Amino acid sequence: MKALTSRRHPAALVLLLLIGLLITGSVYAALAPKQATAANGSASQIEDGRKLFESNCSTCHGVQATGTPDGPSLVGVGAAAVDFQVGTGRMPMVAPGPQAPRIKTEMFDQDQIDAMAAYVASLAPGPSSPTADQIDASKGDAGKGGELFRVNCAMCHSSAGAGGALTRGKYAPGLKNVEPKHIYEAMQTGPQSMPVFNDNNITPDEKRDIIAYVQQTQEHASTGGQSLGGYGPVPEGMFAWIFGMGLMVAAAVWAASRAN
Amino acid sequence: MSTTASTPRPADRLREADQPAPRQVDGLTAWIDDRTGAAPGIKYLMKKVFPDHWSFMIGEVALFSMLIALLTGVFLTFWFDPSMAHTVYNGSYVPLQGVEMSRAYASALDISFDIKGGLLIRQLHHWAALLFIVSLNVHMFRVFFTGAFRKPRELNWVLGTVLSLLAIVEGFAGYSLPDDLLSGTGLRAMQGFTITTPVIGSYLVYFIFGGTFPGTDIMPRLYSVHILLIPALLLGLAIAHVVLVMVHKHTQYPGPGKTEKNVVGYPVLPIYAAKQTGFFFTVFGILTLISTFFTINAIWVHGPYDPNATTAGAQPDWYMGFADGALRLLPGWLELDLGSFTLSLNVMLGALVLLPLVFIIQGAYPFLEAWVTGDKREHHLLDRPRNAPVRTGLGAAALTAYGILMFTTSNDIMAIKLHLSINDITRTYQVLIFVLPPLVFWAVKRICISLQRADREKVLHGRETSRLMQSAEGGFSELHEPLNEYDRWHYVSYEPTYPLLEGETGSDTPGVAGSGRKVSKARAAFSRFYFQDSINPVTPAELEAAHHDHETHEVIEASAEPREQIEAAEKH
Repeated sequence: MKALTSRRHPAALVLLLLIGLLITGSVYAALAPKQATAANGSASQIEDGRKLFESNCSTCHGVQATGTPDGPSLVGVGAAAVDFQVGTGRMPMVAPGPQAPRIKTEMFDQDQIDAMAAYVASLAPGPSSPTADQIDASKGDAGKGGELFRVNCAMCHSSAGAGGALTRGKYAPGLKNVEPKHIYEAMQTGPQSMPVFNDNNITPDEKRDIIAYVQQTQEHASTGGQSLGGYGPVPEGMFAWIFGMGLMVAAAVWAASRAN
Repeated sequence: MSTTASTPRPADRLREADQPAPRQVDGLTAWIDDRTGAAPGIKYLMKKVFPDHWSFMIGEVALFSMLIALLTGVFLTFWFDPSMAHTVYNGSYVPLQGVEMSRAYASALDISFDIKGGLLIRQLHHWAALLFIVSLNVHMFRVFFTGAFRKPRELNWVLGTVLSLLAIVEGFAGYSLPDDLLSGTGLRAMQGFTITTPVIGSYLVYFIFGGTFPGTDIMPRLYSVHILLIPALLLGLAIAHVVLVMVHKHTQYPGPGKTEKNVVGYPVLPIYAAKQTGFFFTVFGILTLISTFFTINAIWVHGPYDPNATTAGAQPDWYMGFADGALRLLPGWLELDLGSFTLSLNVMLGALVLLPLVFIIQGAYPFLEAWVTGDKREHHLLDRPRNAPVRTGLGAAALTAYGILMFTTSNDIMAIKLHLSINDITRTYQVLIFVLPPLVFWAVKRICISLQRADREKVLHGRETSRLMQSAEGGFSELHEPLNEYDRWHYVSYEPTYPLLEGETGSDTPGVAGSGRKVSKARAAFSRFYFQDSINPVTPAELEAAHHDHETHEVIEASAEPREQIEAAEKH
């Protein structure tokens, strides 16, 4: 056979492949953009977080945060997910339903949320909360953010950021008055039905552009007067029928009435 | 001009009748009349009498809104550039600065942000357009439910139908022009509708768009249609519509002193000229107020159209909602594969079939009803809706079906606002579209008949006075106060109707064949459907009998008695 007669050892090919793979892997590991790693909370913070977790979250997520039939495992979701879910009042979930609603709540202060985040982050590495610089809208390019928003976000959240329906009672929430930090964390962790837009997909700079766009459009939402919720032609049509036509009929009744 | 200047000739005596009447006008008016001869015509118009009722002014709301849309549209043409050429926006709206877009979108943004009064005029244009089609529809409801479309006004009804179709096409073209994400999505939907045309669909799309979607031709083409072709047709047909109203004279509600041969109301000059001018400015004022305080189609929010982007909550303006709603209701399995061809009935039925169908049924209704009833007479007195229970029921059922389709368009908005599942909403509407219209027909018809019966009771037994009387035997009865003749007329002035019988030929009475042709089986069946439950007005004989009856006994417990009496009377 040809392989035997050649001067190369039969194992050379396998070896070469192995070396090649090893080099590629090492180079990739060294160069590839890294997921943000776990925040390094102090031991006491993690311990505080564990206690809060056990009393508030473990019913559904399990004592070890490895999940139960009622709630997913939180190993590896990272501090960003905890900060988003608890910080927006989605967790602890108020009632079973298709989706956890955003609720204005004073249930936990930021220190407690940070403690729980540190505990969850200590379980396994995951995305951490963004830095102040990463969410500084004034450094973002709203025009570029708008283009990204229309291609990646508008099909669910609507171009006005008013929100939209998903299947079976689920929905993409409106983006009005959402904190920049939470917008960033949502893109990074993909809560509920939302896909994950990781840093390879949309870079941190681009995330900042999107935040800038969302903030600026909100400032201009009512340029032409009351925006009727930003839901487009449906409320406009309703308004024309009920309010507009109502006024017209009132005017007609007035004009056709006889002076007494 | 003057008769004294000419020498008298025998022939002049024959022309005595031709002598012009003494002038009633002078100054500028006379000067114009000498050159145009318009005075007699204008005098005739000024003397025309219009009846006074608020519901007769809804058509004016439509006409005035259309005029306002025309006026504001002219302003917009000064600045709008219907071009798909690329440009980079650097106007004053910050979130879009540096974004690439079409000239059309950039100029629409400029109108909104950089041209003085531009945004107000743009919003006025759009609100006026919405209100135009709303009031046009309400006007149509009035005409339908009062039977104003009957002879001799069938043609004007058809004109109105064409106007309403043109209005929504005009609206759609306008909606598509700004080239923002929402309007582009609408155009994409239109392209999707068109391509489902069997066999020629893709060729048709290439023909309309001048190539593949979206291309660069569609904007200028839509623009020509929107500012030239359809406005000219709308204006021309609207004038014809109003002229026909003049020719036919206005209909009026029945009442004492109102007949098929007169019109009771006020003359154009001075009353109606003043009222209409005032009303025009009232409509203009209301629209301006709305446009000042409420934003419409905030194009800057949507951003420029990009074929690979879309937005949640993408709806057409309300008047196209029924077609969009049908699309959302039609199940996907209606898409059929026939060999190598795909027949997209799931799209086609909602767009290419439904849209013309709605307008054909609408335009044909007066002729269908005339055929069924065999009524060939002219009608200038309107029906009270209750006195035509089947027509009123049919109209209500049609509106219900239309309403369901229209509301389905907003199924996603309903889902998020009412916290419901969009799947459940859609499924519910899929059932309701079949169940609700017949149910509404039945309910509305029964309500009409009940109201007619109540009218009969009122005529026969008078108004309840709430005064109880105890008889010598101890029985209680309520005193009824008979209606005076003036009030009674409202309840008895309509005409009795009977179903046509198969094989019957006959005269010009309602419900009787007028052409002398024998009534076919189908026509007799339709006629039964229309008239078998008719409640006919109280006849003088019935009234006499009822009064006689009252003198003998009027007992509260015997409340079933008048009903039997009516049934008995109907059998005559």
